[in-house]
Amino acid sequence: MNGTRPGWLALRQGQAVDVSSIPLVDADDFASHMLAGRGRGGRLANLFGRRLPDGGVRLFAFLAFDTDARIEVCAADLPHGKLTYPSVTAHWPAAQAFERELAEQYGVFPVGHAWLKPLRYHGTDDGSAAPWGPFEASEPIPGNYPFYRVEGEEVHEVAVGPVHAGIIEPGHFRFQCHGEEVLHLEVVLGYQHRGIERLLLHPNATRSAIVAETIAGDATVGHALAYCTALEALAGARVSLRASALRGIALELERLANHVGDLGALCTDVAFLPASAYLGRLRGEYLNLTLEICGNRFGRNLLRPGGVRFDISTTMADSMRERLRRLERETLEVLDLMFSQSSVLARFEGTGKLSEERADEIGMVGPAARACGLRRDVRCDHPHGVFQFSHIPIAVETTGDVYARAAVRWLEVQRSLEFLVELLGNKPEGPVFEPIGRLRPNAMALGMAETWRGESMHVAFTDEAGKLAFLKVKDPSIHNWFGLALALRGVAISDFPVCNKSFNLSYAGHDL
Amino acid sequence: MIRILKTRLRQGHRTTKFPLELPVLPDRYRGRPVLDAAKCAEGCRDCAAACPTGAITLNGAPKLDLGRCLFCTECVDACPDGALRYSRDYRMAASRREDLVLSSGEMRLAQRMADDLYRVLGRALRLREVCAGSCNACDLDTNVLNTVGWDLSRFGIQFVASPRHADGLVVTGAISRNMHHALLETYEAVPKPRIVVAVGACAISGGPFRDSPDVLNGVEGILPVDLYVPGCPPHPLTILDGLLRLIGRIREEPALHGVTQP
Repeated sequence: MNGTRPGWLALRQGQAVDVSSIPLVDADDFASHMLAGRGRGGRLANLFGRRLPDGGVRLFAFLAFDTDARIEVCAADLPHGKLTYPSVTAHWPAAQAFERELAEQYGVFPVGHAWLKPLRYHGTDDGSAAPWGPFEASEPIPGNYPFYRVEGEEVHEVAVGPVHAGIIEPGHFRFQCHGEEVLHLEVVLGYQHRGIERLLLHPNATRSAIVAETIAGDATVGHALAYCTALEALAGARVSLRASALRGIALELERLANHVGDLGALCTDVAFLPASAYLGRLRGEYLNLTLEICGNRFGRNLLRPGGVRFDISTTMADSMRERLRRLERETLEVLDLMFSQSSVLARFEGTGKLSEERADEIGMVGPAARACGLRRDVRCDHPHGVFQFSHIPIAVETTGDVYARAAVRWLEVQRSLEFLVELLGNKPEGPVFEPIGRLRPNAMALGMAETWRGESMHVAFTDEAGKLAFLKVKDPSIHNWFGLALALRGVAISDFPVCNKSFNLSYAGHDL
Repeated sequence: MIRILKTRLRQGHRTTKFPLELPVLPDRYRGRPVLDAAKCAEGCRDCAAACPTGAITLNGAPKLDLGRCLFCTECVDACPDGALRYSRDYRMAASRREDLVLSSGEMRLAQRMADDLYRVLGRALRLREVCAGSCNACDLDTNVLNTVGWDLSRFGIQFVASPRHADGLVVTGAISRNMHHALLETYEAVPKPRIVVAVGACAISGGPFRDSPDVLNGVEGILPVDLYVPGCPPHPLTILDGLLRLIGRIREEPALHGVTQP
């Protein structure tokens, strides 16, 4: 199953390889090489560039073969002065955001990209011009940006953001509408851009780990897990079973808090206030369990390369299990109530539909993809740590609408609760933390996690001295924002809030 | 309908009685750090060296800047003499930036807003939140105050959709360059008199993102700040305590029941 394909290197998550062992393909063949990989069943998991010392850019592509836990990677060099290659997006829309990132970060020009435009609104790393021209820092985004426009009688445009009505992150949404009907939605992000990838290389190791935890604060554990996995692979360190179990507990508590919160917020958006009130309160109870473990409601400072910084005693585990059983009763009772209300179902069913084909084509991940019938879940497909021993069944729906995205969360809440109660009663023994040693020089390693939004991926590179030299972060939202835009077509604009909440994507994780 | 009512009965009443009573905070909750300089060994700089954000300075008397503190455990772990520890005191909002710089001794907590402001805003305070380069954690734990567990509106404080309906801003995030313009415009849209509340280490000092060229290291120097709420992110109780002090609603300290003990 790990047969080497020419031009590809197969690896698993949590594995380190020598950078020199990654096959280089000709830049002109890069796109066709990837399309051939797609033909073999590959899913585009990541595509990014890294500046070479001579001013060129090396492209790295990662295809996921989910059914046999394999990732395949290849690279291609673009020489200085000729940062151009035939676009992948032209044939495979899943690459659209990644190629926009390449253009924005390095001034690379993927020829044939259908809609090359800024992704996060910042200048290139060496100040050179992007394909759309030089970056003007003084100009507010979206500024003089040429939005896609629909012309015609009674067609109108609605602009929302970056400051929204609720207490949420900033982003700009531009709707082209005919009456109530949305013909097209364009999402402009970048307002949360903080320069994460540079900050991750901070010489203070704790600062770097904290930055990984704040890529998307609501997915602290998910990102920290991918980060730690990548660094531990580079160090050749093995984390104890107990530490792995505690990481799994924290990851599922994070999923519970967010899923329960989202289901409550969906109720708010369709005015079913009883469930909205109860679920809002219950979300806090799950956060408080994480607070109990590590002193922070979002799981800060819990995961570090080498293990976890806080242990759970048997007494603590017993009391947490008891509380989880009570919370299970209280949560499932409200969810049963919510999903039995015709007023709720009427707003959920058929709203914001996305087909399985379309979701696959644009490379969606996480609950939003599973709601369209795609069976993808890092915990099952690329298991690492505790998920190699405890399996969580993949929750799948098929209708691809708001209902399906809510129902997948409902199922996952149940599965996570079962997992937690089981694991808390049966934790392996052992130490929870052991510092990792030196990192292997000139190597690359891959860490992945199924955050509550879907697949996060951290790819870490070391230099010849074994120092962390480059860390590429992928938040699942970068795959899924386009899905939200497509799901909105033909939907009444008044259903935008409920559609948006059903995806609940990260602005911070996208903007980095 | 019967089912909704039955669920309602079972779910019960869940609003905290704060500030009359304190909610229970778990043992590992990291509240305001406490510094006991008397225990410091001569010439020791371990805590300052370990701090990921340079929050600790040792020139003269040791000082810890709560505005930069991310509440990690590095300084406590590094200190060989036990001079630093986290208390379980959730109260740490301040009216002035310099009050966040702790040395040995009591912290000066946030004061009620000035009389002229209080006359206008003290009984009904409407706020617009602006998220400008955060990780979303501060926003989420600010939003939590609207849930039934905290029920912020019982204090006459409400988050509103438009800055034009607001009496002030709650700002989170390190102020990304890309949100700078929108933040200023939103502030201008708030009618005077207006206040600004900086929530979280990012808004106060840049937090984990400090000194990135893509952020402006917080709201300091960009907008005048009336209340600083430190934390990464602050616990909802810390935010609520700060807001209530700002409108003079904490007249006597709630019974702490040993909360300040380690």
